[in-house]
Amino acid sequence: MSVNQEGSQEAIRRRSWRDIDLRAVAPFVALALLLLVGALVNPNFISINNLANVATRSAFIAIIAVGATFVISSGDLDLSVGAMVAFIASLMILFMNSGVIADPVLMLLGAILFAIVAGTLCGLTNGLITTVGRIEPFIATLGTMGIYRGLTTWLSQGGAITLKEPELQEMYRPAYFGTIAGVPVPIVVILAVTAVAAFILYRTRYGRHVVAVGSNRDVARYSGISVNRVRTVAFVIQGLCVAVAVLLYVPRLGSTSATTGILWELQAITAVVVGGTALKGGAGRVWGTICGAFILELVGNIMLLSNFISEYLIGAIQGAIIIIAMLVQRSLVRKS
Amino acid sequence: MTTEHVDGAPVVLSARRISKSFSGVQVLFSVDFELRQGEIHALMGENGAGKSTLVKILSGFEQPTSGEILFDGKSTKLPANGAAEALGIVIIHQEFNLAEHLTVTESLFLGREVTRFGVLDRKFMRAETRRVLDLLGSHVDENALIGSLSIAEKQMVEIAKAISRDARVVFMDEPTAVLSREETNFLFRLVRKLRDKGTSFVFVSHKLDEVMELTDRVTVLRDGQWIKTSPTSVLDGEAIAQLMVGRELSSLYAAKNEPDVDEEVVLRVDAVSTGYVRDASFEVRRGEILGFSGMIGSGRTELMEAIVGLRARTAGEVLVRGQPVPAGDVHAANKAGLAYMTKDRKAKGLLLNAGMMANLTLQSLGRHSRLGYLDPASEEAALVKARRRFDIRVRDDKIVAGRMSGGNQQKLLLAKVMETDPSIIIIDEPTRGIDVGTKQQIYHFISALARDGRSIIVVSSEMPEIIGLCSRVAVMREGQIAGVLEGDEISEQEIMRYAAGLKKKAAA
Repeated sequence: MSVNQEGSQEAIRRRSWRDIDLRAVAPFVALALLLLVGALVNPNFISINNLANVATRSAFIAIIAVGATFVISSGDLDLSVGAMVAFIASLMILFMNSGVIADPVLMLLGAILFAIVAGTLCGLTNGLITTVGRIEPFIATLGTMGIYRGLTTWLSQGGAITLKEPELQEMYRPAYFGTIAGVPVPIVVILAVTAVAAFILYRTRYGRHVVAVGSNRDVARYSGISVNRVRTVAFVIQGLCVAVAVLLYVPRLGSTSATTGILWELQAITAVVVGGTALKGGAGRVWGTICGAFILELVGNIMLLSNFISEYLIGAIQGAIIIIAMLVQRSLVRKS
Repeated sequence: MTTEHVDGAPVVLSARRISKSFSGVQVLFSVDFELRQGEIHALMGENGAGKSTLVKILSGFEQPTSGEILFDGKSTKLPANGAAEALGIVIIHQEFNLAEHLTVTESLFLGREVTRFGVLDRKFMRAETRRVLDLLGSHVDENALIGSLSIAEKQMVEIAKAISRDARVVFMDEPTAVLSREETNFLFRLVRKLRDKGTSFVFVSHKLDEVMELTDRVTVLRDGQWIKTSPTSVLDGEAIAQLMVGRELSSLYAAKNEPDVDEEVVLRVDAVSTGYVRDASFEVRRGEILGFSGMIGSGRTELMEAIVGLRARTAGEVLVRGQPVPAGDVHAANKAGLAYMTKDRKAKGLLLNAGMMANLTLQSLGRHSRLGYLDPASEEAALVKARRRFDIRVRDDKIVAGRMSGGNQQKLLLAKVMETDPSIIIIDEPTRGIDVGTKQQIYHFISALARDGRSIIVVSSEMPEIIGLCSRVAVMREGQIAGVLEGDEISEQEIMRYAAGLKKKAAA
C-alpha cells in the first residue's frame, strides 16, 4: 500500500518536472550563465552598483520591449519605435521650451501628459494603417519609421533639440537619476510597467484575445473577437510604452537629435525574442522580455569590462544574439 | 470475391510487433500489419486507436520505439521526413501538401525537376503531367494554378503526383472527407484501376460504407492494439463497427423529438443574400433540429456564416425572437443567442497550440471576468464541468488542443460553443473525420440540447446523419434553398432530387 503511494507521488513529481516549459525558463537560465561569466571576467561586475547601473541603462529598451511583446504576440511587428522615441522626445522638449504654461510644475505635468498623448496617437496611427489600411505591419511601420525620423530631423533642423529652462531641467532630473527607497527610479518604472503589462496579458480578457489573435486570426474571428480592434490596441500599448521610455529619456540628457533611438527597434525586438515570445505570434512572455533586455545590456557591460572583445562590436554581438535566440527557441519547440 | 486476386500475392510492406511511445505514453502495442501487392487495405479504428501513428511509422515519418518494418521482405529502416517516397511509399495527407502558387506541372515535379543542359525542360514536364492526368482520366489543366483548383481536383493532383513517382504503396488518410458522392466514385474507380496494375493502397477512413465498397481487406485497431485483419467480404459494417468500439453499438441516434407546431419561432431568416447565396428564407422553432443538406459548394456554410455575422449580408434580415440581428457583427449575434460551430475545427475552431482551458473559454471570457480580471478558478470549474458533460477524455490535463484526437477536439469545440449558452446553435458538419463511437455521442449531445429547448441547425454532407437527427431538412442547391422536407419526405432519394435540381418548392 505505502509502496504504491510512494510510486504515485513519484509519478506526480516527475510529471510536474516535465511540465516546465523550457522556452519560458531558457532566458532566465541564459541570464544566470551570463552573470556567472561576468563574475569570472571581472570581479567588479557582480557588485550591486554595477548591476543596478546595467539595469538602469536597460530601462529604455526594456520598457519599449514590453510594448513590443503585445504587438508581436498579436502577430504584428513595429519597426517605428526607435524613430518614435526621437519624435516624441523632440516634441516634448519643444513643448517645454515653448513656455505656454508659466508655472514650472504645471508645465512639467503638462509635458508628461503631452508625451503620453503623442505616444498614443503615434501607436494609433501605426495600428490604423495596418488594420484599416490592411498593409503588412512590416511595411506600414517601415513607412512610419521614416516619417517619425524625418519629422524629428526637420524639427531639429538636423541639429539637436535641447531643454532650455534650467529650472525645469533641475526639477525633472530625478525622474532618471533619483532613487525610491534606494532603488533607481528607472528600475522601479521597469518593474511597475512590467507588472501592469503582465497583468493585462495574463489576467484580462484583452490579454487572452491578444494571444488568440496572434496564434490564429481565423479562430479568433470565429470566436467573436474583433481582431482589428485587438491589433490596433496592441499598437497603442506600444505607443504608450514608448512614451513612458521617453519620460525617462528626456531628463537623462535633456536633449535629442535626429540620431536618438537609432536601432532601438532591433534591440527591442531582440529583447522580446530572447525572452521567449514567438515572433510569429501566439505566446507572450512579458517577464522574459525584461530578462531579454537585461541580457542585452549585460552583454555590452561584460564587453566593456573585459578586454578581449572590442566594444565597437556590440551591434554585431546583438545581431548574433537574436539569431542564436531564434535557433534555441526552435530547437526547444521540437523537443517539447 | 474481390479478395481473390490478392490472395497469395507477395507482401510489399509489413510491420512486425511495432510499438511506439510519445514522451512516455505508449500509443501502439506490438501491432502487426501486412500489405500485399495490388490490394486496397482499410485501416480502421476509433480516434486515438493509433491509425495515424501506424501510418506515419509505415511511411517513415516516425520511427517505431520497437519492432521491425519489412519492405519487399527485407528488414528496413525507412528514411525520415518523406524520403521514403524514393522507395515508392507515398502518403496523401488529409490536408494537402500543395503550394497554392505553383502550377499543376510544377507541383508534380517539385523537388525532381527535369533539366536539359541545366535549364528546366518545361515542355517535357508539361507533356509528362498531361500524360499522367490523361491516364487518370482527369480534365485538370496542367498549367492551372493549384490555388484555382477545387478540393477534388487538388486530390487528383496529389494522386497524379503519387503515380508520377512510381508509387508502389499509397497511404490515403480520409481521402473522401471533403469529396462529393460523384467525386468519391471517380476516386474509387481510379484507385481500383491502379490496384489492378499492382499498386497497393492503405485506406484510412471512418466511412463504413466506403470501406465495404472499396477495400479488399480490413485491419482494425483499438486502443493502440491490433484487433483483427480479415477480408472485407466476410464482414459487414455492423461487425466492423463493433470491432472498433469493442462493445455493441446501441442505436446511433437518439429518438427524434419533434417540437409542437405551435412552439415559438426563435429564428427567422428572411430573404438573406450573401455572395453566391440568394434570397434564403427559413424558420426554426424552439427545440427543433433543422437539417441543411446539399452538395458541397451549394452555399450552406456561406449562408450560416452570414446569419451569425461572420460574413457580410447583401440583403435580407435575421430575426431572433422577433428582434433583428445586425449584419456582420459576430458579437451581437452571440449576444442574441446565436452560435456557429465551424466545420474546420483545426483552422477556424481551436487554437492548436493552446491548452483545453484557453480554448474552452475563449468565446465566453466575459463570464469569467470581474472588472476585466479573469478568475482562473472560475475557468477551471468550467473546464471540469465541460469535460464531464461532453466526455472529453485526455491522458494529460495540460495537453495542447493540436495533440488531442479528432473526436476530443470536436467535443472540445462543441463545449466551447456551448459555453456562450446559445439558444440557437448552428453546427456545421458535426462529425467530420471522427470515429463512430464519438459520432454516436455527438448525436446524443445534439438531441439532448434540443430536448433542453435549444434550437439546432445541423449542416451536413452525410445523408444518414441528416436523416437520423433532423425533424425538418432544408436542401440547398446553387446558393438557394431548393426545398424544405418534413416527416416522411425525409429520405435519401428525396433529398437527392432537390439537391440535384430535379425538384423544387417554395421555402417553408
